[in-house]
Formats: sequence, structure tokens, C-alpha cells
Amino acid sequence: MPTGTFFRFVLPSLVAMALFIALPIGSVTVQSLFVQHEKVLVTVETCGPFNCTEETRVDAAATAALKEAEPLGRFAGLATYFNRNHLASDEVRAILADNDGPADIARRLYNLPFYKALAFTLAYTFVVTPAGMLLGFTIALAVNAIPKLLKGPVIFFSLLPLIVTPLIGSLVLYWMLNADGILGATLQRVFDDPDLSIAASPALTWLALMFYGTWSMAPFSFVVFYAGLQSVPSDTLESAMIDGASRLDRVRFVVLPHLAPLVTFVALVQIMDNFRVFEPIVGFAAEAHATSLSWAIFNDLRGQSDQLFGSAAATSVLTVLGVVVLLMPVLVRAWGEHRRKAA
Amino acid sequence: MKRFAAVGGAAFLLLWLVVAAFPFLWTVWGSFKVEADFFSREHWMNAVFGIKTVQQTGDAFTADGYRGAWIEREFWRSAVNTAIVTVAVTTISLVLGTLGGYALARSARDYAFWILIAALVFRAMPHITLVSGYLLPFFELNLWGTLPTTIVVLVAINQPFTLWMLHGFFVSIPKDLDESAMVDGCTRFEAFRLAVVPVMWPGVITTGLFSFLLAYNDFAVTAMLLSQDNQTMVPKIGSFLGTVNQEGTVMYAVAAVVSATVPVFLLVMVFQRRIVSGLTAGAVKG
Repeated sequence: MPTGTFFRFVLPSLVAMALFIALPIGSVTVQSLFVQHEKVLVTVETCGPFNCTEETRVDAAATAALKEAEPLGRFAGLATYFNRNHLASDEVRAILADNDGPADIARRLYNLPFYKALAFTLAYTFVVTPAGMLLGFTIALAVNAIPKLLKGPVIFFSLLPLIVTPLIGSLVLYWMLNADGILGATLQRVFDDPDLSIAASPALTWLALMFYGTWSMAPFSFVVFYAGLQSVPSDTLESAMIDGASRLDRVRFVVLPHLAPLVTFVALVQIMDNFRVFEPIVGFAAEAHATSLSWAIFNDLRGQSDQLFGSAAATSVLTVLGVVVLLMPVLVRAWGEHRRKAA
Repeated sequence: MKRFAAVGGAAFLLLWLVVAAFPFLWTVWGSFKVEADFFSREHWMNAVFGIKTVQQTGDAFTADGYRGAWIEREFWRSAVNTAIVTVAVTTISLVLGTLGGYALARSARDYAFWILIAALVFRAMPHITLVSGYLLPFFELNLWGTLPTTIVVLVAINQPFTLWMLHGFFVSIPKDLDESAMVDGCTRFEAFRLAVVPVMWPGVITTGLFSFLLAYNDFAVTAMLLSQDNQTMVPKIGSFLGTVNQEGTVMYAVAAVVSATVPVFLLVMVFQRRIVSGLTAGAVKG
């Protein structure tokens, strides 16, 4: 297709992506170099009948005017990146200089907001992705073995956790798991421990969130792997059977190699989706024990009057860098394949 | 051994189905009870029989949660907004995506490859990072809070996925189809309209389903970009969460959640096959 025609077709879509994806990434980078204005303070003297007192007040009008004049805030360079709420270079240096071993380092790093969010985001991504894939694969094997008539309804119910709105899915689980819900309250009774609740324990919060993640992601793996199973060559399976391969051997030596390309694809999509984990933290009201990078940005922006644009932007830039690092192997491979095709 | 495996597989599947479906059934059932039953500290059987519901309302089922959410808290407004946003986003996404996806499928140049790779990277961007780039400019330009702004943003965020998916479909439509139309004297656009459009609908409908779901399910963008009055259903539920616990109206949120799940249920029921084929489309081609 000639270049001119090509761009006439692609242009609307390119403009949309440039304006609302590429440009915001740029504007976020600029924003991250600024911090919000300090409040303008004025000292006023108020005199009563007996004495005069000096008082320092926020000059609301002047603060608003300053905000109006320079909406970006004050230029701060990279300061936001290294402050306590982000990379916390000073604090990290202090921790590394003086600590009681790796456990102590980990515990103290976890008290810094950015590292707390990063720790949960990475743990979530790298627990939920394999767990969801494994569960999905097992479901696919099981569904493949049931009578045809049952497959439709089984697939319908299996799709629900994936398709349903993430905020809604997490609320539905949270309402069952919290201390007053059917599962939470029953567990308290079974263990006879009135303090047992996900809100009270960091470990249980992490577990509940990861359970939600696996629950909502497994159907995707299931559907893809199930489709892959339909195309497993049946004569290879049969000859493996004749050669005496057990059920497990057949899965291991015939089915899995056949599904290998799908595994890469599913892993890629799920890592991308899990890395932006956000809604379950809102749904589970989990921010006391688990935060994610997306949630940290949301939290900075949520304030009605003083939104921390600079802080949100710095976290955003760091998150985007994280995504690029995660995608790098895929990009390199795609480029290699493209070269080979072109050659 | 074989029988053992089959029984084990069936038992596992049954367990999975309970885990997958029971939370929804339970919430639908519970949404017709009062809070003291659905969130019963005494016993979950209270929610089954609605003991407190009978005491408080005189009947084992109550629609108070729905009345409170839809009428008192004006959830219907959010439902209307959701309808506007999802229909607009799906339509515009498909128009742009079809044109772009078609061109990308018919070009073997390096820049076509790079556009697809850029789209892949864009697809991976957490939406909230983009939102933090929109807010300040939108405040300054006075665009914040309205439905059209949100629609345009969701269309853009949708594009990478839409392009990839439709690109995949168009690659599977033989080139000869439109090229022979061009040999007969059509321009590229005419060939697209006359030869490709009539056969592309299965792919477009499948992609449209996913565009719809993305717009419908979004929380990050709509929660940050819409003003209180313009909120769609999902951010409205989000803002319920902030208030219902103090007011003792958690059941409003439960009713709203069930209401917002119904369209998704129906969608999966009607389009199950297409959703499955859409999920696998990207994968099978690798």
C-alpha cells in the first residue's frame, strides 16, 4: 500500500493515540519536574482591647492567584523523584548504611511509600500471573474431558470473573470475605477468633488480593489454553498412547510443547494487566496493608483541593519505566522476528 | 486409573464453578435482604432465610437497596451516562480501528511494524499514569468533567487494543479480494468499502464487544475525569463506598453492584462464542 494512502487510513487512529497516549506521557514527564506552590503566608496583627497578637495566616486569594498564574507549580527538577515519597534516596542510603541484616532492610524499605507500592505490585504480578495460568490450564484440561453438552454452561460461568467489572468483582469477593461477610464471619467462628479478619492482617490482605487476582485472571488462560487444546494433533496423542504414555506423560510431552507459544502470549498479556493492579485495592479497602503503583498515583490525584500533580507524575514516570523494562524482552524478540520476515 | 482421573477432573471443575459463580449468586440473593442479614455476624443462614429482613420489613425480600440506590441516590443518572459513554466509545473506536487496522494489515513497511509495536507499548501503559497527564491540561482548558472528554479519552486508550485485534482479522481476509477490486478500477478506499466491508463484520462485532467492555468496566479514567453529576455507574459505585459505611446504607452499594453486573451477564450469555473467539484471536496467531 502506498505511503500516502496508508496514512490517510491510519491517521485518525494515530492522532488519537498521539494526543491522548503519547502526549500525556510527555506532559507527565514535564509535570514530574514541578511541585505545587507553597501556600502564601501573611502575618497579620490583631489587636484586642488588652494586647496585640501576631498571627500567621494562609492568604487564600494570593495562593489561588499564584496557582492561576503558574498552574504547573514551582520548578523542582528531579527533587520529587528522590524525596521520601518516591525513590527516597536519603532514607535508602541511611538504611543501607546501618541495618541489622536483610530482613531489617526489607522491613524498613517497606515503610517507605514507593517501595511499599512497588513490593506489592511486583509480588502481585509475579504470583498472580503463574497462579492464574496454572489454574486456567487445569480448568482447560478438565473442561476438555467433559461431555459436549455441559461445555457451554461451564464456559459461561467460568468467564464471569474475567468479564465482570474489576471493581465490582473485587467488591463481590470483599463483601463475602470481610469480617461480616459469609466467609469472613464463618471463619471467625470456626477458628473461634473474633480478631481474625482481612482488615486486621497484612498477610491476609495480600492473600485476599492475590486470590482475587487469580480468580479473575484464570478464565483468560483457561479460554486461550482450551482453544489451544482443540488443535492438539490427535494422531500424535494416539501414538503416544500406543507407546504406553500415561495421562500425565501425554500432557507433559505432547500437550505442553504444543501450547508453548500460547504460554508466552498469555504470560505477556497477564503481566501487563497485573502490573497495573488498582481496582481490587479500592474494592477491598486494602490501602492500609497493600498499595500498588497505580493506587499511589490515584491517591495523589484524589484530593479535591490540593492534588499532588508533581508527585503523581513522578510515580507515573517510574511506573512507565517499569512497564518498558517488563516489555523489553518481548520487544527485542518482535524486532528480531520482523527482521527475519523482511530479510 | 482413567476413571480416577475423570472423577478428579469433574470434582475439580465443580469446585471451580462454585468459586467462579457462587459469589455472584450470593450477592444477587443478598441484595434483596437488609444489611443485618447480608452482613450477619451471627450466622450466614440469616441471609438465606432473611430473618432480620422479615423483622424489619415484614417480608423475606426487600427492594429497599434498589430503591435507595436508583431513586434516592440517583443511580439511574449514572446508568444513562454509562449508556451514552459505552455506545459512543464503541462506535468511534470501531470506525477509527477498522480504517487503521485495515491499512496496517495491508502494509509490509517498517513504519507499519513500528506503529503496531508502539500500540503494544501503549496498550501496556497503566491507565492511571495517562490520567495523571490529562488532569492538569484538562483543568486549564476547561474540558474536565464532561462526557465528551471522557469518551474521546476512552476511545484513544482503546485504540491500541482495537488496532491489534482488527489488524489480526484483516490479515486473515485474503489480499486478493481487495486487490482484484483495484484491478477492476476501484481506488483503495472504494475497494475497502465494496470488497472488504461486507466480509469484515464478524471481526468488527467481536472487537466491538471488547471495546464496549473496556469502556463499561473502566474505573481509573471515569473516576478521575468525570464530575459528580456526570459519573457513570462504576465510579458512582466507587463514590458510594466512601459514604455508605457511615450512613449504614451499604445495601445501596450492593444493589448498585448487582444492577451494574446485569448487562455484563446478558452480554456474556448472548455473545459467549464471540467473546471466546475474541480472547483467543490474538493468541492462536501468536
